[in-house]
Amino acid sequence: MSPFLFWIFAVLTVIFGAAVVLNRNPVASALSLVVSFLGLSALFMSLDAFFVGIIQVLVYAGAVMVLFLFIIMLLDIRAEERRRINWLATAGGIGVAVILLIQIWVVIGHFQPARRTFPPLARHVLSGAEGSTTDDVWNIGQLLFNNYNLPFQIIGVLVLVATIGVVILSRREPR
Amino acid sequence: MITLGDYLVVSAILFAIGFAGVMLRRNLIVILMSLELMLNAANLSLVAFSRFRVGANGLPDYKAQVFVFFVITVAAAEVAVGLALLVALYRARQTTDVKDISSLKF
Repeated sequence: MSPFLFWIFAVLTVIFGAAVVLNRNPVASALSLVVSFLGLSALFMSLDAFFVGIIQVLVYAGAVMVLFLFIIMLLDIRAEERRRINWLATAGGIGVAVILLIQIWVVIGHFQPARRTFPPLARHVLSGAEGSTTDDVWNIGQLLFNNYNLPFQIIGVLVLVATIGVVILSRREPR
Repeated sequence: MITLGDYLVVSAILFAIGFAGVMLRRNLIVILMSLELMLNAANLSLVAFSRFRVGANGLPDYKAQVFVFFVITVAAAEVAVGLALLVALYRARQTTDVKDISSLKF
């Protein structure tokens, strides 16, 4: 992937990610989150992770965002009214986030492999012939069902439990 | 050329933005969105490391992508439960503001 495209999508993702936090209106926040996730999905695809990129669009930009927008509109949440801003808490929150960022930045700076570019994939992978990168669904499936079969089933149970929990939580209590 | 560090820095910035959102915002629904941002920042660095670690067969290391798959599934379940809690809370208190929900505050 060309550096130009990488920087476009990286800047898009970060700007709209910031818009999620800065917007006062929850609907605008949710829509910014969609754009941020689409940019992130493009970054995944730039890393030759096509399956993860598609899943990102389907699950996040599709399902999760519809859920957020549905709840915002169901509860009719308005934009936050301006309260007196607690400057100490705000400065503390921003300060901790900036310290965290600087810390990760320094760690990455001292991490030698971070300065290397990505190694090329095998030639037969790039040419799109037999066993190309578009086969990453096949590769992930092999790994998922052979090596990680038990975690996969546990995740299935987790989703089932979450579904039942959601139904019980949102049921109106009988009086 | 784009290095591994560039992807990691983007991931770090996204994580910090999500963290700031959790610390600063008072609306529970925006806090949940910020949590999603943090999970996705972690996913980005996982995928970057997966692409960085090309094996002997010339393919990326797919273990990290399987892990990303698990993270996405858990995140989706988490959002569903979180939003159901939000709806239950709104029914009981008619608010989504964390400043109004301080019964458990120390």
